[in-house]
Amino acid sequence: MELHVHDKKIINQLQGGFPLCENPWDELEQTLEIPADEIINRIERMRSEGLLSRFGPMYHAEKMGGGLTLAAIKVDKSRYDEVTEIVNSFSEVAHNYEREHELNMWFVIATESPELIQQVISSIEHKTGLKVYNMPKKHEFFLNLKFEI
Amino acid sequence: MDLFHVISDAGVRGLRGLKMLAASLQQIDYKLDDVDRRIISATQSGLPLTKRPFDDVAEQVGVSVTDVITRMQQMTDLGIIRRTGVVPNHYKLGFKSNGMSVWQVPEDKIIQLGEKVGALDFVSHCYQRPVFLPEWPYNLFAMVHGTTHEEVKGKVEKISELLAKDDNGHQILFSTRILKKTGLRI
Repeated sequence: MELHVHDKKIINQLQGGFPLCENPWDELEQTLEIPADEIINRIERMRSEGLLSRFGPMYHAEKMGGGLTLAAIKVDKSRYDEVTEIVNSFSEVAHNYEREHELNMWFVIATESPELIQQVISSIEHKTGLKVYNMPKKHEFFLNLKFEI
Repeated sequence: MDLFHVISDAGVRGLRGLKMLAASLQQIDYKLDDVDRRIISATQSGLPLTKRPFDDVAEQVGVSVTDVITRMQQMTDLGIIRRTGVVPNHYKLGFKSNGMSVWQVPEDKIIQLGEKVGALDFVSHCYQRPVFLPEWPYNLFAMVHGTTHEEVKGKVEKISELLAKDDNGHQILFSTRILKKTGLRI
């Protein structure tokens, strides 16, 4: 799929930062040399097509007082669907991916407070009978804010 | 993170580290108040795509537009807001291959090595995580996206060259299925 050059410009520019001011579109019109209405329409279209998963501020869960971790389980192929259903049933499980490894189910748990992480993990272990490997980040290195397309 | 770690951390991070140090120090005294919380709840699923989005948020929250902008700027300076803008969906944009590369590197050098790996333009996230010996010795995680598995493998090879003798073993865990993905993006 080929994106219009204006779509690319908008994505590349706006990952870096949307201006926090009363007339953000006027400022972007200057920077991107694309009319403000066109920028709004293109974002709207790309969002409805799913090319953009979000437009707005991204909050830092832990700094807001929440808990966040990455967890993994080794699931036998014969039980994979059943275990997926149990894990996904937790509203605290935000993302869940199947990956190629003995540890073949990887999911992100996000909770309102850090203490709740352990409760969710214990509950998943209890319901599945499987060990949950809890891998919270110990250090976050430079996070690339821009993904050039 | 305590003050000692904040400072030693800043040391290896250079100028960017200093900015983070300043933010961490401010944060020690910073508590979100009710207005901040109302702004967060009005914007956590996104900004309205209107001519004057912050005016619309202001109206919803019941404060002035200046207040909304000032609070959001302050939360950005403190790192509570990572950034404001668009989040592309890598998969839909053609980056069909997503490899979680995991690395076993010397624990005493992990900060320097992690910074180097995280700064590569094809690495979107880079974290130090706990190990489970002997079965899981990987302490450094770097997420790599590409249009094909081959492209991701080539990029992972570049990380290996960068780490050189400090690469004590690595693997790529390709995702084979998205089992759940909710709107939450952190």
